[in-house]
Amino acid sequence: MIQNLQIREALNQAMCEEMERDPNIFIMGEEVAEYNGAYKVTQGMLEKFGSKRVIDTPISEAGFTGIGIGAAMTGLRPIVEIMTWNFAILAFDQIFNNAAKLRYMSAGQFNCPIVVRAPNGPAHMLGSQHSQALESMLAHVPGLKVVTCSTPYDAKGLLKSAIRDDNPVMFLESELMYSIKGEVPSEEYLIPLGVGDIKREGRDITIVAWTKMLPVALKAAEQLSHEGIDCEVIDPRTLRPLDEELIINSVIKTNHLVIVEDSWPFASVGSEIAKRVSSQAFDYLDSPIININGADVPMPYAENLEYEAIPNVEKVIEAVHQSLNR
Amino acid sequence: MEASTSTKNISSPKLRKNDYTDLSHQQLIAMYKKMLLIRRFEERCSQEYGKGKISGFCHLYIGQEAVAVGTISALNNKDFIYASYRDHGQALARGMDPKLIMAELFGKHSGITKGVGGSMHLIDSEINFMGGYGIVGAHIPLAAGAAFSAKYLGTDNIAICYFGDAAINQGIFFETLNMAQLWKLPVIFIIENNKYGMGTSIERSFAGNELYRTGKYLDMNRGSFDGMNIIEAYKTMKDAVNIARTNSMPTLLEAITYRFKGHSMSDPATYRAKEEVELAKVNDPIIIFGNQLIEDKIISESEIENFESEIKNKVIECVEFAEKSDQPPLDYLYQNVYKN
Repeated sequence: MIQNLQIREALNQAMCEEMERDPNIFIMGEEVAEYNGAYKVTQGMLEKFGSKRVIDTPISEAGFTGIGIGAAMTGLRPIVEIMTWNFAILAFDQIFNNAAKLRYMSAGQFNCPIVVRAPNGPAHMLGSQHSQALESMLAHVPGLKVVTCSTPYDAKGLLKSAIRDDNPVMFLESELMYSIKGEVPSEEYLIPLGVGDIKREGRDITIVAWTKMLPVALKAAEQLSHEGIDCEVIDPRTLRPLDEELIINSVIKTNHLVIVEDSWPFASVGSEIAKRVSSQAFDYLDSPIININGADVPMPYAENLEYEAIPNVEKVIEAVHQSLNR
Repeated sequence: MEASTSTKNISSPKLRKNDYTDLSHQQLIAMYKKMLLIRRFEERCSQEYGKGKISGFCHLYIGQEAVAVGTISALNNKDFIYASYRDHGQALARGMDPKLIMAELFGKHSGITKGVGGSMHLIDSEINFMGGYGIVGAHIPLAAGAAFSAKYLGTDNIAICYFGDAAINQGIFFETLNMAQLWKLPVIFIIENNKYGMGTSIERSFAGNELYRTGKYLDMNRGSFDGMNIIEAYKTMKDAVNIARTNSMPTLLEAITYRFKGHSMSDPATYRAKEEVELAKVNDPIIIFGNQLIEDKIISESEIENFESEIKNKVIECVEFAEKSDQPPLDYLYQNVYKN
């Protein structure tokens, strides 16, 4: 049977199913219990699982993330919800110095099966401190897995896999995508981490995009199809480990690559993809790889400036034209 | 607890006869030997560091031995122990194999963490020694997390976290204490106040004066004890352990102690007057305890001499083991980044 779910509902289902399966999974974070989630992702979970397993925390991101990590190394499987990744920067010490290194430093004696979930990237007119896309900082750190989701189907299957993973998984969502609806089977399924997905097949050019940039890329591809340009759109879904084979094979087919991301350009996940493709598939490229990024500035508040700072359909179409020299 | 254990007086360290609570003579002797092992082990570490056999950051515990041995003697062997980067003392007190520690310090594959952890990250899951951690104060929430697990899973284990005086100036200290008290977690936080955070004295870095009183605002059980007096350490800890295990409540303890050496091997500690260090050494916890045990006829001087030579040989064995062990194989570089 197929359900039509919002991304927030798909995430909620993923957590509830996993918590029903394993009593050692619990969720903690700001407003997750009595408030039912700042973005309603944890709606109804307190009622279903009780206050032992659905825990409201003080506004102490570093502290409760650290408590989650300590719990993860002593037999539990915490899901830590942080209101946004902007606030999770306070917990980066815990994530970078403790979660990411426990297994390595202990020579495999301890694992850290924790999921840290939060929305990432700009939403709408939230200003400089609430609009950052921080995936490249997380993906930089060995020991962490970094997962994004852009459809309800992916959100559910990926989050279930993240919860079952024995490594610390950073799970990136988006405020503006929680209400996006899509088909989700009622039967249980998992999507393995590290496996990307071709969201639209095409032969002329490859566009790589994730989270909010995926619908932008798909819309651009749709418009470009009217001029006879056949775009292949790939969502890597997991940024670390990255499914580079999927991207490289696509470039081998299309010979052109555009990467769209709403994060800053300096040392981004997009620049990492460009590096890998140019070093491993150089001979297959018929034109330079084009990276489209968020503007290299702290995000402004004004609507027109913010619009200018975030990649959009027009920018993707322009890049595709440039790449194909049309 | 605040009233009964509050003391800042480290100039009257002499134990009174028959003040050994429930400790048997056998236990007292074992505690003495543990302190002596830590001291001699670390003196040898210092020598090996000088010879270039040990590298990196190496923080010695010399002077603080009564804190680790006294408090850990009050635990059961399932309790979780978290330490800072000054972790040799707690590791040895808990019973980590000294040979495996020395090999680790030498960067050898036979070390407790196969040579990848080093001095600051001694970890032994077999004895729930959860690790030494290198970022000041950042391991405090991990201990609370272990206590959270123990409570969640319905075991009666508790968690202990050791950190220095300077760590209380990190925000995470307050964040964790608050949640531990709020959620009634069975965890004991032990501030080892050795008076200095690296080269900055606590007077120059902390606006208050009695560190354990930081728990007062949260209404947390708290107390301080003479950290140069092993029996004080044991007794105070026993009370805190009882509170954690039977009432599932946290406690904040402050051990008043002193490190006789610099912050790390690369620190000549010129920020302290010689006289101050000499005065502190009058309270050497091992000498005081040894003299007391002799006075109370629990051990004899010749037995102490025997312990010295037994431990000397043990430490030599450690160094020999470390010397002859191999470095990790190069392909170990990529092991254990992820669990597959």
